[in-house]
Amino acid sequence: MTTIKRNPGMALDLDWVLSARANRSAIERRAATIGTRRSVKKEWQAAWLLKAISCIDLTTLSGDDTRARVRRLCAKARQPVRQDILEALGMGDAGLTTGAICVYHEMVETAVEALDGSGIPVAAVSTGFPAGLSPFHLRILEIEESVKAGASEIDIVISRRHVLEGNWQALYDETREMRAACGDAHMKAILATGELGSLRNVARASMVAMMGGADFIKTSTGKESVNATLPVSLVMIRALRDYGDKTGYQIGYKPAGGVSKAKDSLNYLMLMNEELGREWLEPELFRFGASSLLGDIERQLEHFVTGRYSASFRHAIG
Amino acid sequence: MTVKEIFETMEYGPAPESAAEAMKWLDAHGRKFGHFIGGEFVEGATHFQTKNPADGTFLADITDGSAADVDAAVQAARKAQAGWAKLGGHGRAKYLYAIARLVNKHARLFSVLETLDNGKPIRESRDIDIPLVIRHFYHHAGWAQLMEDELPGYEAIGVAGQVIPWNFPMLMLSWKIAPALAMGNTVVLKPAEFTSLTALLFAEICIEAGLPSGVVNIVTGMGATGAAITEHPDIDKVAFTGSTEVGRIIRKVTAGSGKKLTLELGGKSPFIVFDDADIDSAVEGVVDAIWFNQGQVCCAGSRLLMQEGIAAEMLAKLKVRMAKLRVGNPMDKCIDMGAIVDETQLDAIRLMVAKGVAEGATLIQPETAMPNGCYYPPTILADVDTSATVMQEEIFGPVLVSTTFRTPAEAIALANNTKYGLAASIWTENINLAYEIAPKVKAGVIWINCTNQFDAAAGFGGYRESGFGREGGKEGLYEYIKPQFLASLKPAKVASTAASGVVSVASVDRTPKMYIGGKQARPDSGYVTPVLSSKGALIGHVGAGSRKDIRNAVEAAAGASGWADASGHNRAQVMYFIAENLSARAAEFADRISAMTGANKGKASAEVEASVARLFSYAAWADKFDGAVHSVPMRGVAMAMHEPVGLMGIICPNEAPLLGMISLIAPAIAMGNRCVVVPSESHPLSATDFYQVLDTSDLPGGVVNIVTGQQDDLAKTLADHYAIDSVWHFGSEAGAKLVEAASAENLKRTWTSNGLARDWYDRQQGEGREFLRHATEVKNIWTPYGE
Repeated sequence: MTTIKRNPGMALDLDWVLSARANRSAIERRAATIGTRRSVKKEWQAAWLLKAISCIDLTTLSGDDTRARVRRLCAKARQPVRQDILEALGMGDAGLTTGAICVYHEMVETAVEALDGSGIPVAAVSTGFPAGLSPFHLRILEIEESVKAGASEIDIVISRRHVLEGNWQALYDETREMRAACGDAHMKAILATGELGSLRNVARASMVAMMGGADFIKTSTGKESVNATLPVSLVMIRALRDYGDKTGYQIGYKPAGGVSKAKDSLNYLMLMNEELGREWLEPELFRFGASSLLGDIERQLEHFVTGRYSASFRHAIG
Repeated sequence: MTVKEIFETMEYGPAPESAAEAMKWLDAHGRKFGHFIGGEFVEGATHFQTKNPADGTFLADITDGSAADVDAAVQAARKAQAGWAKLGGHGRAKYLYAIARLVNKHARLFSVLETLDNGKPIRESRDIDIPLVIRHFYHHAGWAQLMEDELPGYEAIGVAGQVIPWNFPMLMLSWKIAPALAMGNTVVLKPAEFTSLTALLFAEICIEAGLPSGVVNIVTGMGATGAAITEHPDIDKVAFTGSTEVGRIIRKVTAGSGKKLTLELGGKSPFIVFDDADIDSAVEGVVDAIWFNQGQVCCAGSRLLMQEGIAAEMLAKLKVRMAKLRVGNPMDKCIDMGAIVDETQLDAIRLMVAKGVAEGATLIQPETAMPNGCYYPPTILADVDTSATVMQEEIFGPVLVSTTFRTPAEAIALANNTKYGLAASIWTENINLAYEIAPKVKAGVIWINCTNQFDAAAGFGGYRESGFGREGGKEGLYEYIKPQFLASLKPAKVASTAASGVVSVASVDRTPKMYIGGKQARPDSGYVTPVLSSKGALIGHVGAGSRKDIRNAVEAAAGASGWADASGHNRAQVMYFIAENLSARAAEFADRISAMTGANKGKASAEVEASVARLFSYAAWADKFDGAVHSVPMRGVAMAMHEPVGLMGIICPNEAPLLGMISLIAPAIAMGNRCVVVPSESHPLSATDFYQVLDTSDLPGGVVNIVTGQQDDLAKTLADHYAIDSVWHFGSEAGAKLVEAASAENLKRTWTSNGLARDWYDRQQGEGREFLRHATEVKNIWTPYGE
């Protein structure tokens, strides 16, 4: 894979931000036909599902997370699919891992340790996740602490109120500062699209986040009542496509929350391929924020290999 | 390919739908089909092959229907019709419901068979065509149920002959058969020769549903078989969907036959994108407009009109998008565009594109992998001049032509710069702009921020050379019913203008003139025609109108376009004023009627009174003939708006010279039309008196123009005139035939009495919604919403 040239951000261009249009009905129609215009079967389906695994940010974001729990998840990230299944698929030596592990700050060190040598990045949710309403200087400090602890990706949350108040300058300034605090760590900007009120706001917030220097834009914390959907995804990836067309920088995309079925993950991959292209089918530019998706994919893969429907207890818990 | 390799390439791979069940069905029929007549399959004499356009393989032998086959089918339909109508709404509803259920049960087989026979992607037949078919039968089961209550005073027309195209074989079948059956008609339907199979499968559904024999008859064949149906003397109603060229022929051959006619023809529908549109969504709209069903769609948005500021960006995005389209085996579930229906169609598309390029268009085609065989890539012809053939003519393939506009006014001008008027798609995020444009585009269907939306509850059909009549919605039902009183009408009195007798002028000689553009005008010919009393006495002269008077009158009518924009309230005020002024001169008008027709004073006064009342009725209607909001399955509104037809020619009846004329003029102008009126040939003086009333009633000049003279000649000139949108003919039977035949040239609407006389005093026969429907076009405007 080629390395992606990092988006440095740009000056806030309000005309561009405000020119964003998002026709909900048309977007929903397109989203509804992604999965009906494209289909992958047999070997192709297996390969696409394996690709989905490689793009998962295997996530645990619970109040009851412990170090042992996080270590177990990291082990799963290293070996997401049973080795015999991988071998049957001819992928035994492919070094398949998930795209990253995603945890709260307190678990970063544990995860970094557990993943040592695997090359799997650790992502920390940050900036007063999920609401983003803690004191601003503490949010910046939180990023710095997580980076210090070894996180190479920081999933920040934006201040939804800036969007809802139409205060794009404040949103831009906030993102810019957070990006500076990230340093070499990649910044994924969580828009919490379920709380932005309209698709047009999603488009505008996406644009401001990218201008602010986001490496990825991400739908949700997983804690809102509505998380990732295909229509929201369409709006966001079309925004990042426009941003790329104008600036030359490729931005990554991460739907999070609500993607739990193998079939859903295929729809997302197809969406990325159709609207953006092959390059967005790699973890450098695409991630799923998901916890239960992997389990469903494992069962589908075993079915493909054996011809028998699988059961969840046959696969290691993450 | 190994999983590991695919993991790198991330290709889609094949995802074929199985043809096994469909093949089994074909084999069960020995791959040979006859017609479905009188409830059973009957063997035909000669056959032709139907093939899978995707690979050229043989599917089955189809019978080439003869005139005798058609005759047998029409006889079967005729025999079944009375009983079918007598079943009543609920009785018919049960059958239509059963058909809907059965098609639903066999939906997969229908979809696969459709794709095999037609070449359209299985996604489309599975997700669009067949679901719409099922919906159509369900919806019309409902209309059968409600007919007695919702359409009182109407009855079935009788036997319908229906000829459908190959682009949506099963969907067009449902659009034809469901409303016909719901309203109590029986049908003889001919599927297109390329795509007969699903119609034959449907015949089996009719048997399964226990449909009485003869209610549905399917006769397969080529064009000649279709002609045998449309020309058959015992067919009461012809419904055709197909090319404008064939539509024209059908209009000509059915002229004067008394057959009711619906034509759904070609189009060159504009796809208008304003600079405040969601461009990415508009790009996807283009995909659904012109690269749907390989562009073989009569209402395809095939003319892309982009506002200058966004044209370059939109075209760039389109190029990227079209390169993503996958062209190939239509049975593959991962394909966007399948096969062109036949080699002949493929050749036609190639020829048109070559012509476009020769005429200066920029050819844009993606480097899409193309399979061998009957396929054509998604194509854009950019920077096309308005004069270019490809801008004017329908290509009926996946070829989009594009140009730009500067202002909303220019967008409208370009959109309407076509002889067609089927559909239009308007893209803007500004509701003010969308609703400014929608009424101004001459098209029967308008899609705002969407395209190619169809539903049984919404009417579909065109303006201009895209045909006439509507399919779907309540407006579509009128194509399959007629007023019950029609059966009792007698032939009208023939005009007599033999000049004889002696001039007897009691008062100062008044020379009536024509009335054109709000002014009195002398006949261009310089000649006059005598007007005789019922006893043969000469009671005056009127101008002998000629072609040139018609020309002048049409020009004046075209100039009075403000009338169409006037509010219903304003039009009502003018019409009440006309009534008031007529009433003030009632005695004079009554005398005139007596003098011309010999009616006694009481009868003549009654006619004037009835005329005043009629003017009141339509003044009342002017702001009350509301459209509808249809219940389509979409978050949005589908509005059926009533628009004036435009410029109308009105040929008045001889019976009731004043009341008959007013019964036709009043609904026309109440709805915002402008008209050229040819008064009763025998008794024209009421009309020439009437223009003095108009003159004093604030009616803008040009809204009503009166040209006296020989009716058939003038009617023919009006029917020939390209600018006239509709002709109402209540003159002679021969005149009706002339008008209908001449209307074929630009496929204007016609409404003729076929030489039968209405009782103009009977309000059921002489006024009301029937007239208003003929005075309006129904425009369906789809507006999905949601922020």
